[in-house]
Amino acid sequence: MDLRRYRFYFVFLLFLATLVCRPLHGQTQLRFCIGAQPKTFDPLLVADEPSEAVRYLTGGVLIRLDRSSQKLVPELAVSWTINRAGNAITFALRENVRFSDGTPFDARDVAYTVGRLMDPKLHSPTGDAFRSSEAAVATKIIGKYRITIAFPAPVVGLDRRFDQVAILSAQSSHKEMAVLGPYYMAENKAGTYVLLKRNPNYWKHDAAGRQLPYIDSIRLDIQQNRDIELLRLVRGDIDFINSLTGDQFDKLKSIAPQMAFDAGVSLDSELMWFNQVPSAPLPDFKKAWFASTRFRRAISSAIHRDDIVRVVFHGHAQPAVSMISPANKFWFNSNLQPHTYDAKAALDWLMQDGFRLDNGVLRDSGGNKVEFSLITNSGNKERELMAAMIQQDLSAIGIRLSVVTLDFPSLIERITRSFDYEACLLGFVNDELDPNAQLTVWLSSADNHQWNPNQKSPATAWEAEIDRLMRSQASTLDIQKRKQAVDRVQQIVWEQEPFIYLVNKHAMSAVSPNLHNVHPAVLRPQVYWNVDELSLSSQVAKDRQ
Amino acid sequence: MKRLRLAAVLFLVLISGLAFSANFVAPASYARQFRDIPDAPASRQHPLGTDDLGRDRFSRVLYGTRISLLLAPAAALLSTILAALVGGIAGLAGGWIGTAVMSATDLFLSLPWLFLLLTVRAFLPLNTSPLLSVAITFALLGCLGWAGAARIVCADARTLCDSEFILSARASGSHGVHLLRRHILPNLSPILFAQFWISIPVFILAEANLAILGLGVAEPLPSWGNLIRELEGYTVTSAPPWLFVPLILLILTVSCFQLALRKDELWT
Amino acid sequence: MDLAVKFVSRLTLLLLLGGFLAATLARTSPGYGVNEEELDTRLGADSIQALRAEHAKTPGIAAFYCNYIARLVRGDLGTSIALDEPIRNLIVERFPETFKSVALALILGWVAGLGLAAASVMARSVWMDTGANLLAATVLCIPVAVLALFCAMTETPARLVIAIAVFPKVFKYARSILARSFGLPHVLMARAKGLGSWRIFLWHILPVAAPQLLALLAISLSIAMAAAIPVESLCDIPGIGQLAWKAALSRDLELLVFLTTIVTFFTLLSNSSAELLGGLRRGGNA
Repeated sequence: MDLRRYRFYFVFLLFLATLVCRPLHGQTQLRFCIGAQPKTFDPLLVADEPSEAVRYLTGGVLIRLDRSSQKLVPELAVSWTINRAGNAITFALRENVRFSDGTPFDARDVAYTVGRLMDPKLHSPTGDAFRSSEAAVATKIIGKYRITIAFPAPVVGLDRRFDQVAILSAQSSHKEMAVLGPYYMAENKAGTYVLLKRNPNYWKHDAAGRQLPYIDSIRLDIQQNRDIELLRLVRGDIDFINSLTGDQFDKLKSIAPQMAFDAGVSLDSELMWFNQVPSAPLPDFKKAWFASTRFRRAISSAIHRDDIVRVVFHGHAQPAVSMISPANKFWFNSNLQPHTYDAKAALDWLMQDGFRLDNGVLRDSGGNKVEFSLITNSGNKERELMAAMIQQDLSAIGIRLSVVTLDFPSLIERITRSFDYEACLLGFVNDELDPNAQLTVWLSSADNHQWNPNQKSPATAWEAEIDRLMRSQASTLDIQKRKQAVDRVQQIVWEQEPFIYLVNKHAMSAVSPNLHNVHPAVLRPQVYWNVDELSLSSQVAKDRQ
Repeated sequence: MKRLRLAAVLFLVLISGLAFSANFVAPASYARQFRDIPDAPASRQHPLGTDDLGRDRFSRVLYGTRISLLLAPAAALLSTILAALVGGIAGLAGGWIGTAVMSATDLFLSLPWLFLLLTVRAFLPLNTSPLLSVAITFALLGCLGWAGAARIVCADARTLCDSEFILSARASGSHGVHLLRRHILPNLSPILFAQFWISIPVFILAEANLAILGLGVAEPLPSWGNLIRELEGYTVTSAPPWLFVPLILLILTVSCFQLALRKDELWT
Repeated sequence: MDLAVKFVSRLTLLLLLGGFLAATLARTSPGYGVNEEELDTRLGADSIQALRAEHAKTPGIAAFYCNYIARLVRGDLGTSIALDEPIRNLIVERFPETFKSVALALILGWVAGLGLAAASVMARSVWMDTGANLLAATVLCIPVAVLALFCAMTETPARLVIAIAVFPKVFKYARSILARSFGLPHVLMARAKGLGSWRIFLWHILPVAAPQLLALLAISLSIAMAAAIPVESLCDIPGIGQLAWKAALSRDLELLVFLTTIVTFFTLLSNSSAELLGGLRRGGNA
């Protein structure tokens, strides 16, 4: 038997096998985790973070807010103008752009998108942000690539809001699946992952003329467990984590310092408030406490914010001042300072209201022991630690605080429906620089005016003043007048403390050294805001599918 | 075996003694936060280091032992008694009564009791003291944790009912509660003891996880469950050994219960 | 035939009752009908009212349940509000994952649990018995989250955590059952006559303990299904357990009722089978 012939065939077969196994060309895949299955893939109905991630990666917008410079840059609109009244915006659109399915993009698509967005029956959160009055929004197509959108009343920060509006195709049969962004949705394995592939018709090119994005696909793994997510990053299974907690950051810093990034203070804040709803099922004496400015100022003075920053957030936060974070350089009132810890001042405030210390127990003027409960959502370790620290701080001035962690639906029911709570500790997630985004928090008639929502008329003089100031800043385009009004609102909030602002967290993220051109920002999405310019190093340019 | 049993009893006595004399033995209050030294390593002042908030871990272990050592076995006993009664009655009665009881038990096993726990939390005042809250939690666990064992108890009881000594007992006039109490239940003790032994750590860990619903041990009260939860995190990969003390205590205590309380047929 | 009819009738009645009770528990629990989207500061008053009105449209429990059964009979399982997908699709996608996890858990849990219990009983060694109990105690005391993280670190399939949850309970019950059987007179006789350990175990201990072990087998299915919920949630395994947890947290009524019905069905089936086999076994012994 001549074995040489068989040896040749064997080698030939091996060679064929390597051809089959090797990818046809280097396919790069970016991987990161989202905390849950996206609730919707309709970009106009996005309300949760995972859905927002998909929208950001797939949606083409007319104007983009550059997360790094915080300036507006043209995207699908090459230029735009806002009229003097501030209620109309005219876009000149980019020409010869196609959706991912090949259908051409023009002004009709913008008109269609706006029509759907502003449909009152849709109840789009993005659309509601534009709504300045009940009357309809009008679109006027001036040319194939020119359109004017007219609102019934002035909309402050009109151009910035288009950063959130992903343009839909008026003509495509795929509807929201036909996209203008760098990626389109290729596969959705519910509960496991979402796979996005590069849009073959993406309009952007780099300086060398190469079509973007550089990375061929993105896989968003659904991973709720943050510890396993961190483990996977360290192991190289994923390429970045968009948001880290303080202790995760420190842990990562100790094992892989080149991966951990702290972009500085974010727009988010942690805060607590007292229930001031008159119809709340609380004893009258407690309602009286919570309605008293001096009481709230006392509680605020008794809380050691610096300790919270150091112990809970490991230094990756700073004491909060008021409703605007210092990260928001233009709008922040720099004349205000965080309330400092001063137990003596706290007791002074309380004495002024008739409270007294009786054998280490604080009592009000009616002899009632000062004790109340603080609810917060379970599963957030940082908030649980903050609550425990506040409990300890208040015990130093004779107040007994009960900390109760609740699952989120139960908590929401208490703070929005039954009002069966005394104090609440939550966080405010803020993606918007313009304070007008907080209008529904500060207007006393609004649902999100958490301490006492849906007031028929302002319960206090200071709330009436806040109403007036917020409405005035919402109706003028004069930036200096708006700044003055917002500064005054911050001052009032600082004085009255309906929300006791505790800390502003830092924006911390983790990035694999294999991912290039990353510039972590404070605004979301912190890491992949420039996803079309990200690239993976050649060692990992492999087929990860 | 005797020596092992003695050692187990001594351990349980020692740990109970330490727990109940925590006021004298603990170097600090379990709630006091030494905020300058969070996550501190073991030292003379803090033999087991400090936790995330700078609280002395040794003090928290001592005080937590009181809660867990008292309430978890009580809840386990409750669930065992319920399993014994339900399973025993079903096994003894047989027929349609037994079928009905066991069907109800199967239904009990299948229902989402999470919502009952949520409802209980909703009815409890938010200012409920931590001690009362944890007692209610363990009582609920005891009331909800019997169904699985009841099934096995029922099967066991049915087998016993056919045995000769039961037939003799019946022949000599023993019926109903007397038969159950004097003849059936003592012979069910291996299963009941297994149920008791399993329930203790299960309830301790469950109590810690019920914090997600607002039940369980509230701040600042410590328990073994919430101390063991410190291990649930990425930092466990580099956790110092003293972090494992509550877990080791729990394992040893559960093992000692097994050795101390059970007289085994194997060793007669 | 008569027995079969009785069994099916009982099963149907219990399934209906189980679904109704689950619906009642969920519907009356706090947090039902609220939507965390209400806290979105971008939403206007009208949109928030629309969100609330949508939930207010939900009929009372009895009406909901009758309507639900009517649709179920027609094959319409409804839509999950938590995941915005037809429940049928969710079950079809996720059932195989949980089936694999539970099957593996039962096989491994029983091999380890029964094997160790048998070895512990037959060896009659204090150290063996103490060691086995210590192992079971250790496994029972470690939180599921720690085990899940350990699996993630060692790249071991997270499904093993469910097996680890089943093992100590099977061990402890099985050991008690086998140890009691070990002390029976006929076993003593067999030992006195010099029969080998494994012969005694297989022919004299196991058959006597069979009804209880079968009941234990049925219960271990419930234990495995219950353990699947936290394990799948923590380890992001897209199975029925994870679905049940999400449904519970978001008060997804239709999904909860259907999942309870599935769990009730399997629990009843396994326990009834165990009872039947146990009864046959006892009849055989008599």
